[in-house]
Amino acid sequence: MEAARDLGAIRALIAKHKRWDMIFGLCGLLALMIGVLTFAALFVDMAIDGIPRLNWDFFTSFPSRKPAQAGILSAWVGSSLVMLVTAFFAVPLGVAAGIYLEEYAPKNWVTDVIEINITNLAGVPSIVYGLLALGLFVYQFGFGQSVLSAGLTLALLILPVVIVATREAIRSIPQGIREGAYALGSTQWQVCKDHIIPYSMPGILTGVIIGMARAIGETAPIITIGALTFIAFLPGAPLKAEPPFVSFEWLFSGFTVMPIQMFNWTSRPEAAFQQNAAAAGFVLVLMTLAMNGFAIWLRYSLRKKIKW
Amino acid sequence: MKGLRQLAVAGAVSAAVLAPVPALAQSKIVKIDGSSTVYPISEAVAEEFQKAKKGAVRVTVGISGTGGGFKKFCRGESDISDASRPILEKEMKACAEAGIRYVELPVAFDALTVVIHPKNSWVKEFKVEELKKMWEPGAQGKVTTWNQVNPAWPKAPLKLFGPGADSGTFDYFTDAINGKEKASRGDFTASEDDNVLVQGVSRDVNAVGYFGMAYYVENKDKLKAVPIVSKGSSKGVLPSLETVMDGSYQPLARPIFIYVSEKAMGRPEVKELVEFYLKNAPKLTREVGYVPLSQQHYSMALKNFASKKLGTGFGGKPEVGVKVEELLARAPKL
Repeated sequence: MEAARDLGAIRALIAKHKRWDMIFGLCGLLALMIGVLTFAALFVDMAIDGIPRLNWDFFTSFPSRKPAQAGILSAWVGSSLVMLVTAFFAVPLGVAAGIYLEEYAPKNWVTDVIEINITNLAGVPSIVYGLLALGLFVYQFGFGQSVLSAGLTLALLILPVVIVATREAIRSIPQGIREGAYALGSTQWQVCKDHIIPYSMPGILTGVIIGMARAIGETAPIITIGALTFIAFLPGAPLKAEPPFVSFEWLFSGFTVMPIQMFNWTSRPEAAFQQNAAAAGFVLVLMTLAMNGFAIWLRYSLRKKIKW
Repeated sequence: MKGLRQLAVAGAVSAAVLAPVPALAQSKIVKIDGSSTVYPISEAVAEEFQKAKKGAVRVTVGISGTGGGFKKFCRGESDISDASRPILEKEMKACAEAGIRYVELPVAFDALTVVIHPKNSWVKEFKVEELKKMWEPGAQGKVTTWNQVNPAWPKAPLKLFGPGADSGTFDYFTDAINGKEKASRGDFTASEDDNVLVQGVSRDVNAVGYFGMAYYVENKDKLKAVPIVSKGSSKGVLPSLETVMDGSYQPLARPIFIYVSEKAMGRPEVKELVEFYLKNAPKLTREVGYVPLSQQHYSMALKNFASKKLGTGFGGKPEVGVKVEELLARAPKL
């Protein structure tokens, strides 16, 4: 009798717990779906508006007052060039800083202060970077309202992301690898060069690309430093037929980027420009998705090569 | 199919990045910056001018707002400044300190349009006094129904839509209606994006809003423009190409300007661009939904430009209801 009653109580308890389990599962699913479905609805809405506008001319035309002739050539070339500059500066600086903090820096309060600040910097609103860059790059250094200024601004913006990603990646390397290398007489730099950097590369690259994917959608800091809205020519080509074959003129050229072009179109009165904006937004989302996809692929294929 | 598309995209990327763009060593660039209201006209001019010059001259147009544009202009960073209102005293001072002198050229009219929902059956026209009753600072929290403005109108909630306080449109409307720039009630739905205002008014039968005429012209099916009765008149006038040009649509029509720096005028490409601007403005302003000045105004502006009539005709204070020919004939101040 006693035992049967206990069993009943236990069954009831289990049933109750399972019910809670299910309720939480449903809540979680709901929370997930709110995010996913909102994005999906926005994306589909944008795709429906924008896809009919996507054709070859849209990618190869400059902006125009006639919506049907307007394209995103200067915008996507501008975005790509700015990203190039951003990667060129943010990756070496961020990775070197991350390696230093993780492998070389003595553990004392100075390092602690720096660490806290880097984490905080990752949360600073992007407009603040824009204002800093306006004073520093545009006026102080005299780079003007150029691709270089924009690239450097976004590089600063994603630097904390790159540093944090680098440190996370380095931390995931087992201590035994370092100790093994030191035991064989390696210097600290040899350990970094031959072991730490190659093994942490997948993680670092993932961090870099996720940072870049954030940077490509940034509008506020770019507007602050003075990106143009109408620009119907491309920055100078980086390669030339005549010596010295490379030209850095494009670094100092005016430019526009995808989010600015898009924003300009959304504020126009003609409905056809709204379609252009949707199409540009669609392309921008695809660019971001492609960058994230590339990060995933890179991580996967680089990890396969690592054999401990 | 997928591979092909990838190939095409890769091809496009490398073609655009590596294509041998003609050498730029001596490329001539003209920089225009400033008001978003003037932007569509400057964009159209830039587009056509570059086409006409076959790429020998490059024109860039930025949007920093009228105030932001003057800041850059007075630092010598732009050649031409787009402005939806005349230059103000403190901006004149900044320019003078930097040694920047300029010519003020009106390029078109911007007609603010007051709109209501198409199903609004009670409003036939607005008197300026009625608009003032709706929008003046004292109306805040007090004037909330239509019958408070005019007893003949129903006791329905009054829903107001207008541009935000950073907009030149807001400055002009408050000046023209309430008698003082930026003096407005604060409890209305404000947006810097005029399309948001269009959406707002088109969804609410009790709504009233105002913005540039181009936004009304593009959304005629969703909105109704209201005739405006100016002070001392008894007849309501609808905004249109004719009524704005002949000056009968008042006080909500205003000229908009470009300011050309004297230093830039010395460069042949800038001189050519400005002449191209004034000569093609009648056609291009119409194309982008604005109202052109009369032919006589453009000839006068061209003459002022050729004779380098430096300075502003306003002397640093905006005016409502100014006549363009009279403005162009004034002795300008720097």
